[in-house]
Amino acid sequence: MVDPYLRRKVTDRVVRGACVLGTLIALVPLFSVLYYVVVQGIGGINLDFFTELPKPVGESGGGMGNALVGTLKLVGLAGLFGIPPGVLAGVYLAEFGEGKFAKVVRFSADVMSGVPSITVGIFVYSLVVVTTKQFSALAGGIALAILMLPMVTRTTEELLKLVPESLREAALGLGVPKWRATLRVMLRTAAPGIAVGVMLSVARVAGETAPLLFTAFNNRFWSTGINEPTASLPVNIYTNAVSPYEDWHRQAWAAALVLLITVLILNISARFLVRSRVRAR
Amino acid sequence: MNVERPTNLTQKTAKKMDVDAESSPAIRSANDKARLEAVEPASAPQPELNSKPRWDEVSVSEITPKMRTEGLHASFGASEVLKGISLPIAEKLVTAIIGPSGCGKSTFIRCLNRMHEVVPGATAKGKVLLDKQDIYDRDVDPVRVRGRVGMVFQKPNPFPTMSIRDNVLAGLRLNGVKMADPDGQVERALRQVALWEEVKDRLAKAGTSLSGGQQQRMCIARALALEPEVLLMDEPCSALDPIATARVEELIHELRESYTIVIVTHNMQQAARVANFTAFFYLGQLVEYNRTPVIFTRPNEQRTEDYITGRFG
Repeated sequence: MVDPYLRRKVTDRVVRGACVLGTLIALVPLFSVLYYVVVQGIGGINLDFFTELPKPVGESGGGMGNALVGTLKLVGLAGLFGIPPGVLAGVYLAEFGEGKFAKVVRFSADVMSGVPSITVGIFVYSLVVVTTKQFSALAGGIALAILMLPMVTRTTEELLKLVPESLREAALGLGVPKWRATLRVMLRTAAPGIAVGVMLSVARVAGETAPLLFTAFNNRFWSTGINEPTASLPVNIYTNAVSPYEDWHRQAWAAALVLLITVLILNISARFLVRSRVRAR
Repeated sequence: MNVERPTNLTQKTAKKMDVDAESSPAIRSANDKARLEAVEPASAPQPELNSKPRWDEVSVSEITPKMRTEGLHASFGASEVLKGISLPIAEKLVTAIIGPSGCGKSTFIRCLNRMHEVVPGATAKGKVLLDKQDIYDRDVDPVRVRGRVGMVFQKPNPFPTMSIRDNVLAGLRLNGVKMADPDGQVERALRQVALWEEVKDRLAKAGTSLSGGQQQRMCIARALALEPEVLLMDEPCSALDPIATARVEELIHELRESYTIVIVTHNMQQAARVANFTAFFYLGQLVEYNRTPVIFTRPNEQRTEDYITGRFG
């Protein structure tokens, strides 16, 4: 007796096999990058790496303390400039965005998220660096903020739209003014999701190199305030990697590892945040 | 505390409904007193029957209206959903709006607290009087109207980020009302909807952790916490099982002591069980409005009779 379902079973196996194979192929580059960066970078990680300045050529040791602080400073500024307007624009699009103007805003946000990051760098260079006559953390922060803005805006909009209409009606039906319903019910309900979106966009810009090359530039020393050229991990990875010195290469790998772990932590904590919020109190 | 109050209306209609019972098992289950009592022991004291107004002897023309619509038209964009409704709503009694899908009954009650205009493109014309004041008057704030005329929606819609306690207080909190005794407010509101005993030990749990029927009663408590004068209920039981439905209906019986209630329902037996007056809507028009027993036993209009006997709808 031939199994009447044989054909279907075979097809099922084949399709499932193809899916598993595709997944494995997709995972290969991801895990090789992780593996390679860890293997190469782990040797350069020590306390000095986090606290010391880079040593001049010829001397071994030293660290990237300044670049670490610089990256935090840049990302902090980017968040400061990028998150509030991004969230507010998202609220506008989701709650009041019916007309033509909203369409234009939405479209430009989509276009902006596709703009190559180096273009944003040039833009901020001519706008901020040229006018203030110096590379600065401020300029770098602005460049990163511009990159974050469309991501934050669209995430906020999409997540607000996911909040059921019935909640808005519930709030309005209780005699709550619309602005307060939007803020305290709609935005509050979407908040964990928006926080995740924001963290992911922070993680993305934290690894950006191109827009920083001629905005924050680089600095071999500690920078104070936000009006000096500022070192950052990505730019340091770039300058160290293209240098001919073995020591510098090791530092670049270590910086890559630190950056990777930072982004990973941001991603994972974003996910963790969702899960802990979703669970009932 | 039963679904069937020993009142003229319910007895009369129950009898009428028993005739129909062959075709509608829902009635039988809801009329199943014994089972209901087994599930839900009576907790509140029996209210005095004599304190009720003799509404069964009041005719439509003698209604003391809490609200009244006059020539109310409502539209979504170009399509007119309500075509001139004039209807008085009796104070501290229950008015049911029945009719087939799309007849405008939900739109009608959404006009009573200006929730209709919340939908983009929705407009309303005509008058809606609340204590003789037109709530569509230019200098009336719709937000204030919604505080006086509360609403319960088709599907329970608790705020998912809030605990049971915060859900009940949401209306007050979101309106920035300073509360002297929030815990007392919570208890009072939850007792009013007979939910207190079930949830008193887990007030800090998420409102969404309750069952559908409990959520709906919590939403009613949330509306009541604002102490509205009128309570609008837009098919409040359509997402609930028969037992939860029976509980909400019991609740409506109790609430009419202190509130004016307008309930939209798809379920004619429900209208017969809970309402003092019933309005039959068809295609955006008010076909017939009368005391509930009259609507269900000897309607004046052929269309009403066709609808309640299940010939269409």
